[in-house]
Amino acid sequence: MDNIILIAVSALGGLGLIAAVILYYIASKFKVFEDPKIDEVESALPSANCGGCGFPGCRAFAEATVVSARERKSLDGLNCPVGGNEVMQVVGKILGLEVEAKEPMIAVIRCNGSTTHSPAKVKYEGATSCAFAHALYGGEGGCQFGCLGLADCVDACEFEAIHMNPETGLPEVNDKCTACNACVLACPRGIIELRKRGPKDKRIFVSCVNMEKGAPAKKNCEVTCIGCSLCQKACAFDAITITSFLAYIDFNKCTLCRKCVEVCPTNAIHEVNFKPRKPKTETLTPEKSVSGKPLADKPLVSDSSKTEPENKKEELIETKE
Amino acid sequence: MGILKTFVLGGVHPAENKLSANAAIEAVPVPKQVIIPLGQNLGAPSKPIVKKGDQVKTGQLIAEANGFISANIHSPVSGTVLKIDQFIDVTGYKRPCVFIHVEGDEWDESIDRTDKLETHISLSSEEIVARVKASGIVGLGGATFPTSVKLMPPPGKKAEYLIINGVECEPYLTSDHRMMLEKGREIIVGIQILMKALLVEKAIIGIENNKTDAINHLTELAKTDERIRVIALKVRYPQGGEKQLIKAALNREVPSGKLPIEVGCVVQNISTAFAVYEAVQKNKPLFERVVTVTGKAVKKPSNFLVRIGTSTQDLIDAAAGLPESTGKVICGGPMMGKAITELDTPIVKGTSGILLMEKTESQRLVENPCIRCSRCTLVCPMGLEPYLLTKAAKLGKLQIAEKEMIMDCIECGSCQYTCPAGIPLLDYLRLGKIKVGRAIRTRIKK
Repeated sequence: MDNIILIAVSALGGLGLIAAVILYYIASKFKVFEDPKIDEVESALPSANCGGCGFPGCRAFAEATVVSARERKSLDGLNCPVGGNEVMQVVGKILGLEVEAKEPMIAVIRCNGSTTHSPAKVKYEGATSCAFAHALYGGEGGCQFGCLGLADCVDACEFEAIHMNPETGLPEVNDKCTACNACVLACPRGIIELRKRGPKDKRIFVSCVNMEKGAPAKKNCEVTCIGCSLCQKACAFDAITITSFLAYIDFNKCTLCRKCVEVCPTNAIHEVNFKPRKPKTETLTPEKSVSGKPLADKPLVSDSSKTEPENKKEELIETKE
Repeated sequence: MGILKTFVLGGVHPAENKLSANAAIEAVPVPKQVIIPLGQNLGAPSKPIVKKGDQVKTGQLIAEANGFISANIHSPVSGTVLKIDQFIDVTGYKRPCVFIHVEGDEWDESIDRTDKLETHISLSSEEIVARVKASGIVGLGGATFPTSVKLMPPPGKKAEYLIINGVECEPYLTSDHRMMLEKGREIIVGIQILMKALLVEKAIIGIENNKTDAINHLTELAKTDERIRVIALKVRYPQGGEKQLIKAALNREVPSGKLPIEVGCVVQNISTAFAVYEAVQKNKPLFERVVTVTGKAVKKPSNFLVRIGTSTQDLIDAAAGLPESTGKVICGGPMMGKAITELDTPIVKGTSGILLMEKTESQRLVENPCIRCSRCTLVCPMGLEPYLLTKAAKLGKLQIAEKEMIMDCIECGSCQYTCPAGIPLLDYLRLGKIKVGRAIRTRIKK
């Protein structure tokens, strides 16, 4: 009897030993060296796996940063839009590099063709998908450039930063936006654009993407950009360009002087998060700007006084004057 | 007549509602102004060769083919070119169109306007194809694929059968039916011309059994030419689809992603055969077609001979006006047609009918969850699984959709028609096709 137990134990023990030797050999032979910094960087990232950085997930981004730090000694071109400057600073510290502060961005809806501004002429019945409706027809209001209101951007957002406003039928971006670019890619009409958040969240943009001539565009929507170029003439900083009857404000050149907003005949240019206007005579003098700072050639937007955008959640982004 | 032939997989039988079947083809007066979209065919839009202020005659070339898969466009009226501007067309978008102000009706001298039947085919095979191409003929069944391209099989491929599509499986539409009854002789000559162009010795005309008068009429006419055979098919939608028709007529199956020429077939529509007759024997380019205007509340359901570019409103007026109860105006049939958003939308080469649908019947069902009854799978004529493809398209699982052959979908709408839960299956299938198509194109580019 003892014999049987002995045989069994020695046989299994021997097998275990042989397997252990093989496993040890294989483990040492095929060992993959992985920089421990990758794990460190990954743990510092927000783990949203949104792809906003252009890499498939946070792990891939961490690998890219480590490789870039080793080979190029810099993190240029790599940015986590979700974590923003804060996270990038931490990543820089782990990798022993200085990281330049990036201007915070936000998604902006460039259409104001709400149910009141562009009343529905036909009724859409079908799949709730902008991509499908875009392939089918111009839109309920008749504008073939404007928002279809079927919320593909809302579906694409991983951060609950876009919601549809049932009254206007348009999406609205809130302060949770991380500028990850997902909604920009989801919109079949290219209405959403990433723009600078601006100092104290102040922004000015043309809320229209209609490239038709003025008259046919105005027929479908009363707040369309008609390409009249009044804003271009009013702008002292060359920030406004007009291509195919549509004005565009370059946010790098814009000084937020709000002159274009005043001259726009269709209210297509929006100002966001500004204080209510003072009497007209005062705001028109070029020496005084709204934010109280003197207007200079240097764009005010580079002066980022706001590092924690999350603190201002109660402010609506898409408020009209 | 024995057992009627049909295709094997799937299919549905919606109420036929052929209200205008007994209305003889009637020419509508030439309108005061026509708007001719430049993108009327499948493929590249045509390039305009007229400019503002030009005088044009009926039948004169105004836009030429811009690429291999493209077609010429001829002026349907005589008058002055007002402008070339954007105007809404069947796609629901504003596209470049030629606006012509109509002055009189002076036809190009080379067009033979007599009614005499020309049976002698003097042109050679190549000349026929060239003439068809010059005349801007496209598939008039609705897909608007340039006919000349179909008449030039790729090298190494030989057509064996010419199949003429007289199925008209869409409910309500009767334009092809009336053509067969009234223009039967010309159609037979047109078929002979197409056979000569393709160098085939066998032609089959497939007609569904709900058009017995047309079957009898064409069978009688085809007796003069033993190469042409008329077959009656069981009524079943979507028999008018190329692949379904080949399966029904010859029991041959076109492989996935391939064209009918792969199994030795070329399919042409009845109206296309007539257009070919006119182009080759009468030198008349394609600038008018027969359009059915119908609907349950329409006072006078009719079949109109219409110049291309006439507005939909004019046709509705000719059919005694827009009924109060209209919920949707559909360009095409109820299964595959497309609702239009503006009544000014011009008639194009691919418009086979204008359907004025009642408010009550045009409303969609409320979308409910899938109950896994598998009816959509049973009726799919391509053997696909619509519920699965829909889900994949909805969730953006494009790889699954592609693997499950979403690109084989012919968008016939049988699945959505049969779905008891009211799920817009076809919408999501189309969405999936758009997305998968885009993914495939970017992959090829890379």
